[in-house]
Amino acid sequence: MKEFKYVITDEMGIHARPAGLLVKEAKAFSCAIKMEKDGRSVDCKGIMGVMSLGAKKGHEVTLTFDGADEDAAYEAISKFMQENL
Amino acid sequence: MEIYNGKSVFGGIAIGRISVYKKGEQQVKRNRITDVDAELSRFEDAKKTAIEQLQGLYDKALKEVGEANAAIFEVHQMMLDDGDYNESIANIIKSQEVNAEYAVASTGDNFSQMFAAMEDDYMRARAADIKDISERIISILSGKGDNAIGADEPAIIVADDLAPSETVQLDKDMVLSFVTVHGSLNSHTAILARTMAIPALVGTPLPLDESVDGKLGVVDGAAGVIYVDPDEKTLEAMKKKQQEELQKKELLQSLKGKENITLDGQKIMLYANIGNIKDLATVLQNDAGGIGLFRSEFIYLESEDYPTEEEQFLIYKQVAETMAGRRVIIRTLDIGADKQCDYFEMEHEENPAMGCRAIRICLTRPEIFKTQLRALFRASAYGNIAIMYPMITSVKEVKKIKEIVAEVKAEMDAAGIPYGNPEQGIMIETPAAVIVGNELAKEVDFFSIGTNDLTQYTLAIDRQNTKLDEFYDSHHPAILRMISMVVESAHKAGIWAGICGELGADQTLTKEFLAMGVDELSVSPGSILPIRKIIMETDVAKYKAGR
Repeated sequence: MKEFKYVITDEMGIHARPAGLLVKEAKAFSCAIKMEKDGRSVDCKGIMGVMSLGAKKGHEVTLTFDGADEDAAYEAISKFMQENL
Repeated sequence: MEIYNGKSVFGGIAIGRISVYKKGEQQVKRNRITDVDAELSRFEDAKKTAIEQLQGLYDKALKEVGEANAAIFEVHQMMLDDGDYNESIANIIKSQEVNAEYAVASTGDNFSQMFAAMEDDYMRARAADIKDISERIISILSGKGDNAIGADEPAIIVADDLAPSETVQLDKDMVLSFVTVHGSLNSHTAILARTMAIPALVGTPLPLDESVDGKLGVVDGAAGVIYVDPDEKTLEAMKKKQQEELQKKELLQSLKGKENITLDGQKIMLYANIGNIKDLATVLQNDAGGIGLFRSEFIYLESEDYPTEEEQFLIYKQVAETMAGRRVIIRTLDIGADKQCDYFEMEHEENPAMGCRAIRICLTRPEIFKTQLRALFRASAYGNIAIMYPMITSVKEVKKIKEIVAEVKAEMDAAGIPYGNPEQGIMIETPAAVIVGNELAKEVDFFSIGTNDLTQYTLAIDRQNTKLDEFYDSHHPAILRMISMVVESAHKAGIWAGICGELGADQTLTKEFLAMGVDELSVSPGSILPIRKIIMETDVAKYKAGR
């Protein structure tokens, strides 16, 4: 299992559009990808869950990757977060 | 005649029959089913159809209102495909052995309540999106097809509220206007309406029954009023207004996209003055080449306390992005004199017009100035922003500003904050600045003449004092000569000079300004096209010869 912590820098936080893009990105991998904030964990492959975290600028989220392609998923998703959020 | 007031989303006059739109009140019944698998596949089929419909809406919106506004339909598709949402629906069908309509309705309620309970406004507004997608599936399941708004003749559509999907489905040829009881100015629907440029009102408390439905109506979009069953007099007045708007629109159509170039080939930049971010739509509508004066003080005046860097940054960024590469000249805080803000706790002054105002506040209270500068420099990375400093009287002030700018940049460099490289110019609105124009021009990227204050200070006449009107002459030769001097000083140093005061929009002077070689005129959005017309009809060489 791999883990990645990230503090949101985007002014709008994880709003509908980036949430959609993130989900698209996550769905490309077979491993389980979870996003956690303040003790609540959601499936990164569902837009409602991701949006329901209400992650805003300055909030820290933790992503975990568990499964066969976890290394590749870790690379891709952490890059996506840094570039878009 | 009944009159209802609402909030204006978009101006214009619409006259026609009123058609009340009611959502197909989807009374969802809970029915027991026996074949769970059949029900699950009914749901899957309906979902597939819904996603196809949304793709169609996305394509339609993409063409009509652009990618950013269309994105909502892409998000709707993803919501329909969401694992938790689907799982909840399937679970209800399986465990309770009930119909798909009921499972969708109760899942939709649960999810939209979850968003409605969230802290931030943006996320709360997403509850409506979930309702919208759930209702779409239910319509399909119950065989109602697409819940399109239908009218067989062009009509004023009146509704409780309209979902984005409903607005975009409006057949433009059949809709004169829309008026809703609920809905906010920032809802997707309002944004779409503005982009589609049809008169629209929200928050209009009118009854959705036969007292309105089918009656003749008049919507005055700019005034935020709908007249139901108007009397002769109102109807006449509104028809006249509509006619005038139509003529304006025609002028607009014929001049839109044209270059601001004289018969003998002299070009001039024609920009818009705006005092609020809400004016952006009219800037684009009137085909402004850029924004020549963005009065940043509205951010301060509408606030209860000093606006933060973040608040300001978001506003500047939005303007820069909306103008997409066109120049946006943002004037730094111009407060004091007739514009007062309680939280600044300014001391009472005997003569505020000559008191602590504009750049003088910024230079004596650099912490306020630095906050705005940081926001401006950061936002510059997102578009073509230029910064303009008001009320300059000396080179010393400009040098002081440069020192502060250098400090701000160094602080951002140290913190690794990215920023752009905006042009920096000054307003020429004091006689002193005109006289030392040659020296000032070497220090900055552009000049913009503020004729209101320049006239007041040059003629020593308080413009607020109506008793002095007989002495006030906005075409005073002293003013015109000063403008000419400013343009000369600018050109000698290789920079450009414009006019952003009221005189810039004085159509009797447009030819004169061209003859002086003024590079830019910044006027209220409504003046752009009439002035463009004059420019296109002017032969500067001939005008000079006859002067």
